[in-house]
Amino acid sequence: MDNKVILLVEDNPDDEALTRRALKKNNIQNEVVVARDGAEALDYLFGTGAYAGRDLSVMPTVTLLDLKLPKIDGLEVLRRLRADERTKVLPVVILTSSKEEQDLANGYMLGANSYMRKPVDFAQFTEAVRQLGLYWLVLNEPAPRIRSSVK
Amino acid sequence: MLSFRNLPIKHKLTLLSVLASCSALILACGAFVAYDGWSFRQAMLQTISTEAHIVGANSAASLLFGDPRSATDTLAALSAEPAVIAAGVYNRDGKLFASYVRVGVEQSAEAALPPISPGQPDRHRFEANHLDLSRPIIFQKEPVGIVAIRADLEIMRIRQLRYIGIAVVVLFICTLGAIGVSLWFQQRISQPILALAATAKRVSQDKDFSLRAKAEGGDETGVLVETFNEMLSRIQEQNQELQKGRDELERRVAERTTQLEAANKELESFSYSVSHDLRAPLRSIDGFSQALLEDYSDKLDEEGRDHLQRVRASALRMGQLIDDMLNLSRVTRDEMRCEPVDLTAMAQAIGADLQQTAPHREVEFVIADGLTTNGDARLLRIVLDNLFNNAWKYTSKQPRARIEFGFAQNNGQSAYFVRDDGVGFDMAYADKLFGAFQRLHAVAEFNGTGIGLATVQRIVHRHGGRIWGEGKVDEGATFYFTL
Repeated sequence: MDNKVILLVEDNPDDEALTRRALKKNNIQNEVVVARDGAEALDYLFGTGAYAGRDLSVMPTVTLLDLKLPKIDGLEVLRRLRADERTKVLPVVILTSSKEEQDLANGYMLGANSYMRKPVDFAQFTEAVRQLGLYWLVLNEPAPRIRSSVK
Repeated sequence: MLSFRNLPIKHKLTLLSVLASCSALILACGAFVAYDGWSFRQAMLQTISTEAHIVGANSAASLLFGDPRSATDTLAALSAEPAVIAAGVYNRDGKLFASYVRVGVEQSAEAALPPISPGQPDRHRFEANHLDLSRPIIFQKEPVGIVAIRADLEIMRIRQLRYIGIAVVVLFICTLGAIGVSLWFQQRISQPILALAATAKRVSQDKDFSLRAKAEGGDETGVLVETFNEMLSRIQEQNQELQKGRDELERRVAERTTQLEAANKELESFSYSVSHDLRAPLRSIDGFSQALLEDYSDKLDEEGRDHLQRVRASALRMGQLIDDMLNLSRVTRDEMRCEPVDLTAMAQAIGADLQQTAPHREVEFVIADGLTTNGDARLLRIVLDNLFNNAWKYTSKQPRARIEFGFAQNNGQSAYFVRDDGVGFDMAYADKLFGAFQRLHAVAEFNGTGIGLATVQRIVHRHGGRIWGEGKVDEGATFYFTL
């Protein structure tokens, strides 16, 4: 779990704090990169803007993506991510409040690996984050790196 | 062969005038020829009769004196009349006394002469080609013999053939004339009718009611054309009005559709933000209350911890309310897919699920067999889920319970029903059963948000049905619905 980075795309600082707390309570100590809107998330993933010159060999092991985001919304982030060779196979878990069928359908259509609804009950949320961390950071074997596209 | 009925009018008109003129001509010619024949015969009879008299008078003496030679001479004078073929003088006994045969006639006198009858000497008879005539020869009022003459009708035949020839020529010329005249008339009578027929055909083929037939004259055809045009105008006007009405309707429908779409979109974005934005603060309230309880419980007394628990419970309940409300709005929004639904199987599955949530409870499910209907399976599942859940919930405080699902008559209507023997309700509040967020029990007594029956009612209404409830406090409740 050493250099496995979690990218948390979340505009709500409360939700960010609660997610960090849930991770901590589950002893998940991986580095958490927080992007507060869609544009920032894309900057991080593609090494542009504030993240220009970032070492792109380090890609998030799992991206927790909210849907309702300032600037560029979550579904658009997902679309651009999947359209790029470098990020095409990155695991993306949609973590959002919405249970709208349309969001679910669009999310999966655009290639989300999982869709999780944030429960109001913090105990349930903690449990969900525990299972999520266990699965994506420990159990899941990521796709092999596509070398040619990583510069 | 074409029947007269199906002939085109112009041919009918031609045929009519040609037939009329021809028959008139034929009748006229026939009458003329017949009259001519009759008058010719009368004249011939007169002539031959006179000649017979003369011959008779001149032969009387010869008969009396038995001098056939002078009688033959007298008869020979008949050669002046070319029509006479043969003539003979007979004595009182009917014996041929003297005879004359026209030069060129190759028959014997006996064969060429007409037969005579001594008992009826005065007679005449027209044969096909000749006239036979006999007259008694009288001397001093005493019959002394008979004179008989056969006269040729060849002249009359030739004359009549000539007349018929002339009639045929006249008939031919007249027919041509009649055709010419009828063509000329036809132009004036049939042309407007033909034009009208062509216009009518075009109108019915192209559905073009702006066409008009050309008006001509003030006769019946002219009136017909005018009436036809008037009819077309009226149809055109009505069509225009209909079109206008249709356009107006379409415009209104489009307008309403746009409004509805806008409203729907607004509702959608509203529920989206409700689902998204209203829940986020609740998560913070619950999450940080939990954090307080966990991290600072030593700094809080019992009451403080209780308050925080209440804050958390309220946040959770609010979350539940939001979810239920969203479900309620989704029930009315989603498109219906109608298909055959096996309600019996659905009810059995729901009953089994409920039993699994609390295996220790003794609940008897009585589900009627073979209940099927047409409707949206997903929505009907929500209906049965809610009604069964209610029955399950409101029987939870008794050791044994019975939940029934069937089809029966109630209030004069056949309806499905879900019946339980639970806590029931007071009929005085029956009208509040189906209102959103309306509850007849405290949350502490029976958990719930008051959305279930409102949702059920919306689904039943969307299926074109009705729902109503019957109950009595502590004696159970029955919910009836039609689909």
